[in-house]
This record gives sequence, C-alpha cells and structure tokens, in this order.
Amino acid sequence: MDIPRILRRAWIPGLWLLLWQGAALLVGEELLLPAPLPVLGRMLALLGEGDFWLTCGHSLGRILLGFLLGVLLGGLLAVLSARFPLVGAFFSPAMAAVKATPVASFVILVLVWLRGENLSVFISFLMVLPLVWQNVSQGIAGADRQLLEMAQVYRLSPRSILRAVYLPAVLPHLLSALRVGFGFAWKAGIAGEVLAIAPGSIGRRLHDAKTGLEMVDLFAWTGFIILLSVLLERGMMAFLARRFPGKERD
Amino acid sequence: MELSHVTFGYPGRMIFRDLSLALKPGEPVAMMGPSGCGKTTLLRLMAGLERPLSGTVCGIPPEGVSMVFQENRLVPSLTVLENLALVSPRSRREELLALLAPLGLAAEGDSLPSALSGGMARRVAIARAAALGSSLLLLDEPFTGLDPENRQRAAAFLRERFAGARVAAVVHHREEADLLGARIVGAGTFCGRSGEP
Repeated sequence: MDIPRILRRAWIPGLWLLLWQGAALLVGEELLLPAPLPVLGRMLALLGEGDFWLTCGHSLGRILLGFLLGVLLGGLLAVLSARFPLVGAFFSPAMAAVKATPVASFVILVLVWLRGENLSVFISFLMVLPLVWQNVSQGIAGADRQLLEMAQVYRLSPRSILRAVYLPAVLPHLLSALRVGFGFAWKAGIAGEVLAIAPGSIGRRLHDAKTGLEMVDLFAWTGFIILLSVLLERGMMAFLARRFPGKERD
Repeated sequence: MELSHVTFGYPGRMIFRDLSLALKPGEPVAMMGPSGCGKTTLLRLMAGLERPLSGTVCGIPPEGVSMVFQENRLVPSLTVLENLALVSPRSRREELLALLAPLGLAAEGDSLPSALSGGMARRVAIARAAALGSSLLLLDEPFTGLDPENRQRAAAFLRERFAGARVAAVVHHREEADLLGARIVGAGTFCGRSGEP
C-alpha cells in the first residue's frame, strides 16, 4: 500500500482521535473522559498480560458457542416451520417475544437458572435464534414456485431440490442473518456478562473498571470489544464470501 | 396417458366438464385454441400438477414427465450441463453434451442460463426434456423465441428423441403442429367439452 493511500484512509480516524484528544483536554478530568494516548497505552499493556488472552478467549468461546447453537436451532426450526405450518404458528409468538425482550430482562431471569459464567452462551443464542429463524423462513418461503413445480414434474430427489431450489433461495437470507446476528450476539453477550458479573469474562473486566472508576481501563476494554467485533465479523464474512461468492442479500 | 370424464375448474370458473382424452404412443397431439380456454391447464393435469375435481388422470410415468413449460424454468445457479444432469443424474457428461450438439448448443455446456439468449435458453429447456427421456412429453408453446432454422432443428430433435412417446403440445400455429408431425385438436374438442383424439 503506497503512502498517499494510507494517508487517505487514515485521515478520518485521525480526525476523530484529534477530536477525542481535544474533548479530553477540554474536560480536563481523566475520571470523566480519558485522552486517547493513555487508553492506547493501557491497551498495549493489556496485550502483554496473560490474563488478557484468557479473558478474551473466555468471552469469545462462550458467545461463539451461543451464536452457533442459535444458527443451528434457528435453521432447524425454520425448516420444520416451513414443512409443518403448525410448528411455525407455534413458534412465531415465542420468537416475536424473544426479539422484543430487552437483554437485561433475560439476564435477570436467566441468572436465577444458570451460573453467571455460562449466561453469555444463552444470551447470544437468544439473540441469534429468532433472527436466523425469521431469515431462513423467508428464504424458504421465497423459493421459486416454478422451479418447485419443475422439480415435481421431473421427479427430482429431495437432495437435488435442496441443492437446486432451496439452497440458492435461503443462502442470501442466511448470510445476512449471520452477519447481523454476530454483531447482536457479541454486544448482547458482553452486556450479559457485565450484568451477571461473569467471572473471567470481558464483561467482568468492564464491570470492575466501572466500580473502580478506572475509566482508562473501561475505554481500553471497550476498544478491544470493538476491535474483536470488527475482526471477527470481517473474518467470518471473508470466509463466507469465499465459500459462497456473490450470495449475500443486498 | 388417459384422462377420463375429467372435470376441473376454480371457484366460480369451470374449465373442463366431463373431458375424456387419450394420448397414444407415436401419435403426437397438438392443441390449438384461443387463450384462456385451458390448454395449459390440460397439460398441467397430464403432468400431475393439478388434480381433477372429478374423473381420473392415468398413465403419468413413474420416472417423471419430460415437460417444456411456457417459461424455461432453468435453475439459474447451475450451468447448462448441470441443469441437464439434475434431471438425469446417472448420465455421463458426453451423453449430455450429445443432447446439446444437435440443438446448436455444444459450446454452451458450461454457461449459466443468465448468459444465454432467450432462444438458447428455450433450446436448453428442450434438451432437458430429452435428458429425462420420459415416455410422456408435454410441450407448452415449445418454439417460442426460436427463429425458423432453430424451430426446424428443435422439432427434428424432439421427433427423433420422442419417436415412440406419448406427446401433447400446446401450439399457436398450424405450422408448429406440422413441425412436430402432430394431429391438431381444436378448441371445440376440449374447451368445456369432451373429446377422443
């Protein structure tokens, strides 16, 4: 990458950093708004701590597990709902309720049943489940009727119908659900950890920073949450784009 | 293929009442008539896509029906050869290419349907019907979008490939029936009546 291009890409983030620095100077109180440099310094220092990687791994592992479970069950229920309308009618209000319920309500409810450290699995699962269910259901419902008739007349095998008719109809919806769902799961999972004060998690570190009024820590951890979210989402999308080129819904 | 005493319609609109009609091997039938009088519906009944309100439709082959729909209905995500292989999974690549060559499509095996002209896509739909090679061929305006030369080609291909099959076609012009060597059944035979071609 040549220098002018780096400059072109960097000037807007640079401007935001300057604005942040200006605001921090204006406030003049680290307890309210720390400046960018100490935060960056703290982030670098955290990278050297053994605990840091364990903490990130702890949160990531649980949130990804919930995400995957949500994708699997959401997809499965969507297929069952399409096959048996009664199943769809049965789950529809439950999915609507899950989508409308605030994360905090779930956290408080679930804390009664689950240990805090496993809560983020359940929270990220709940965020993804209705999203995947709804998107995959839409994809199935949007399968080309004319192709389905062709498949019926030509007696295509269920496997062929899946590959030729349903998969192309569902993939764009599923991919967009995965992209949006991952962001949801990640943010809600961390929020759940904060509320549950889940031991060994990023959320716990945020909670500790808040109670100790360690604003530099709070900003540094938030910075890592954003970084991880962007990196993971880009990684996932790059993988999916390579696997299924040109398939995401606009 | 035999329809006997078939009654079919939608709420408020009766299309056939007590229609009887039989297709015999090697004796293609072409149906002509004004639009909306049920020609396509008749093909759909023969293909098993519609069920009669009363009467019976017998003789739908267990291997499926070679049908060229009014629309091409090719799978857009699959190449031309993959579209053929879809209905004939056991055929080798060379066998499928041999279906494309007489239709002037030898070079299009690896093209996606979106890269084909309307006439080419029509011929692929015809080749797909041959790839299944059912003993029942149903054609709904098969020559739409084909120039005279390709009509000749497609008709010769269908006559050869489905020589001993039961064939029913919906056509607009007498020449199209002649191309298929088919006997014309006029609207009077099936529009709201019964017939015995």
